[in-house]
Amino acid sequence: MNYFDHSLSDIHEQLVKKEITSEDLTKETLSNIHEVDNDINAFITIDDEGALAKAKKADEKGIDADNLLSGMPVAIKDNLVTKGLKTTAASKILENFKPIYTATAVEKLEALNAVNVGKTNMDEFAMGGSTENSAFKITHNPWDTTKVPGGSSGGSAASVAAGEVLVALGSDTGGSIRQPASFNGVVGMKPTYGRVSRWGLIAFGSSLDQIGPITRNVADNATVLNAISGHDTHDMTSSTKDVPDFTSTLNSGVKGLRIGIPKEFMAAGINDDVKKVVLDAAETYKKLGATVEEVSLPHTKYGVAAYYIISSSEASSNLQRFDGIRYGHRSQDAKNLEELYVKSRSEGFGDEVKRRIMLGTFSLSAGFYDAYFKKAAQVRTLMINDFTNAFKDFDLILAPTAPTPAYGIGEDVSDPMTMYMNDVLTLPVNLAGLPGMSIPAGFSNGLPVGVQLIGRPYDELTIYQAGNAFEQSTDFHKQTPKMGGNN
Amino acid sequence: MNFETTIGLEVHVELKTNSKIFSPSPVEFGDDPNSNTNVIDWGYPGVLPSTNKGVVESGIKAALALHADIERHPHFDRKNYFYPDNPKAYQITESETPLGHDGWVEIDVDGKKKKIGIAEMHIEEDAGKNTHGDGYSYVDLNRQGTPLVEIVSKPDIASPDEAYAYLEELRQQIQFTGISDVKMEEGSMRVDVNISIRPVGQKEYGVKTELKNLNSFNYVRKGLAYEEQRQQRVLMSGGTIRQETRRFDETTGQTILMRVKEGSDDYRYFPEPDLPVLDISQDWIDSINSEMPEAPGKRRDRYVNELGITDYDAMVLTQTKEMSDFYDQMIAQGADAKLAANYLQGDVNAYLNDNQVDLQNTDITPEHLATMVKLITDGTISSKMAKKVFKAVTQGKEPKQFVEEKGMVQLSDPAKLQPIVDEVVAANPQSVEDFHNGKDRAIGFLVGQIMKQTQGKANPQVVNKLLVDTMNK
Repeated sequence: MNYFDHSLSDIHEQLVKKEITSEDLTKETLSNIHEVDNDINAFITIDDEGALAKAKKADEKGIDADNLLSGMPVAIKDNLVTKGLKTTAASKILENFKPIYTATAVEKLEALNAVNVGKTNMDEFAMGGSTENSAFKITHNPWDTTKVPGGSSGGSAASVAAGEVLVALGSDTGGSIRQPASFNGVVGMKPTYGRVSRWGLIAFGSSLDQIGPITRNVADNATVLNAISGHDTHDMTSSTKDVPDFTSTLNSGVKGLRIGIPKEFMAAGINDDVKKVVLDAAETYKKLGATVEEVSLPHTKYGVAAYYIISSSEASSNLQRFDGIRYGHRSQDAKNLEELYVKSRSEGFGDEVKRRIMLGTFSLSAGFYDAYFKKAAQVRTLMINDFTNAFKDFDLILAPTAPTPAYGIGEDVSDPMTMYMNDVLTLPVNLAGLPGMSIPAGFSNGLPVGVQLIGRPYDELTIYQAGNAFEQSTDFHKQTPKMGGNN
Repeated sequence: MNFETTIGLEVHVELKTNSKIFSPSPVEFGDDPNSNTNVIDWGYPGVLPSTNKGVVESGIKAALALHADIERHPHFDRKNYFYPDNPKAYQITESETPLGHDGWVEIDVDGKKKKIGIAEMHIEEDAGKNTHGDGYSYVDLNRQGTPLVEIVSKPDIASPDEAYAYLEELRQQIQFTGISDVKMEEGSMRVDVNISIRPVGQKEYGVKTELKNLNSFNYVRKGLAYEEQRQQRVLMSGGTIRQETRRFDETTGQTILMRVKEGSDDYRYFPEPDLPVLDISQDWIDSINSEMPEAPGKRRDRYVNELGITDYDAMVLTQTKEMSDFYDQMIAQGADAKLAANYLQGDVNAYLNDNQVDLQNTDITPEHLATMVKLITDGTISSKMAKKVFKAVTQGKEPKQFVEEKGMVQLSDPAKLQPIVDEVVAANPQSVEDFHNGKDRAIGFLVGQIMKQTQGKANPQVVNKLLVDTMNK
């Protein structure tokens, strides 16, 4: 079973009509994954046994005609803990870690009888934008296997783009859902901070992290967000606001919608093809009845610095628990407590993780806190104000998702600054806690290019509405990669 | 040269909430290691803390009891350090916006009253416990996440005696709020101490030393007194005080160098991103305040001014909330204030000491003890009989019933006593003569004879009066 040219609704219909059982669908899905993943490496763990058991159970319970996820195979990023199923965050320090509980977002999918087929590759602890920082494998972009899939949710995005699954969960701290979605020509939503419970998400930057869906189309994405949203008593930062039905306004169009394009997002450093894709998207929206104008987010230029200080500071603290004492990798040749800490962590963490721990530790140190962490927090406030002001005149912001299409494997990895600059367009959304979604909007030399729709806090509804309107009048999302003779 | 002393006290008070500050695990001690823990207490990947509202409420109670200003939008901070008993490698505390600040307590040293300022007080989580043995080290996380209130004094404490009085007052104030047992011997109150001295008139504080292993208020006083003298000796002999941590030795009463501090630890504090800023409304504070138990100082004033007992009695009765509540309930039952106070301080305290038990864990009830006191004041039983009755009260028996069962009712009816008096007077002419000759001892002998005849049940006051009247006829 390859999911090119499919959506949740048509597969669901087959399940409801009993043209196929969840068990058979899962079997076919797994066999396709085993074949496709030889080239793509989207998965760290493929859970044949667990998936088939869940599929059987879904069949026994009966496919619920009102529940599009009933009996549906899904993939989960490997930083979401899954009970009894190895969860590594793509780090050696958790190489054989089998959690004893399941993340709320995954639990919610499983409560709807979705079938988790496996755990997807990522940058170690979600730190990176190419999935090359995984301790275990390099994931390849299905559109061109010499290219990266983006990251950090590169495995999730590639698994959807390669037709291995229709739905994958990712996490987004500075663009980790949207940028790989752009690189892979799929739809990736980073919901408002607080929309989805973070319980069970192995923390990177706690004030920035959000879990979100990656899918082949906008409607499927809205369906999955419906399933995973809502307040969780385990996460005090999860919102108590009512969750609307995100599919309810998919077909309401964009007439009269005011869309702003931030000029700072279209400045130097943005690839010309990418700029053109954004301007074409603007034209499409105009044709559909929206107004599109330029808007300014003047503090954008400080975003990268503020983001890397805040996210690394939080990460330096969050990752201290991996100390070799209670779980995870423990060095075998430590002679005392200090050595146990130093060696376990030196052996267990990769270079990029170490780099960020050092950066964060430095930023929080006495004597530097005010100049770094505190200043970054102040910049963050200014950036929030930028968006608040922009949303006085606009309902949505349209921008490129990433400065370039997917780049070559090994191309950028040696230069962290270039890598960090790749996040310049996505991380302001995390700093401001806003919802943002990347949708397929064009191509550059055969590689997909996405555009990003950014909404007001808790207004994913308008994003989905506008995303679907665009999708209905274009066919970028229908394109599929030509890989391994599958297509 | 004359020196003045500055003492700083950091007091940790363990709150007796049902569950931990950031996890639903129970707060229980003495259970098997790690039995009262869950994924949150282990610092497991992906877990998040949730603030226990009861802990915030307890913190507000402490702030109110200590007259502190309450921070209306406090946030938690992370204090980062590695240690096996600290599973997240950070402690969630409040450093930037403590829940309460600028409070005070009033102490009384040798009749001199003084206000001691409280710089700040905040809520935070306790760590687990490491133990070592048979070649291994063990981590028990049962205590991890136990809620604490930390109370930091201003540099107002000028002597070891003031430090002692401050701790007594603090303990009492907190104890009366009911948020903690505040018992040093059980670890629910812990004290960190620092002390410096400087020549009188010098503006800057001297270099301070920290003292460890002070396991009672008395040891705090002793350790500080020793350290005060030691620092004076060092300075007088031309030496300098180093910033160091010293250990109090209980057997010698001296302080011994543990380590010299070089620079300060860097805990890389920053706001805890997993917990929202608290929103403490005036309404919430007001409603907590309205349910606060009456403070010990107010109770002392009431006892002295309204019930007419002595300052000393009032002080003793307000040592613990349990004792004071017990006394108030006795008064409410109609017991005589003075007599009730005497029994609580005397027989009851002796009983508690002998049995090493807290009042609330005995079978003595305010109703029973008040009934006993009333039986004394209305002459039903003598104070001598009351000894037996008290023993029954400690066994949970109802005194009136006990007195009746044992036939212990005092004989106070003059009509019943007169024939016995007449008989004894008639049988002891020598004593009657002695009485008329002014020998006071004679009356004692006659009373004793009557007591003998009544098996001690006769009311001595009534007997006395009847005897005198009879012999003067």
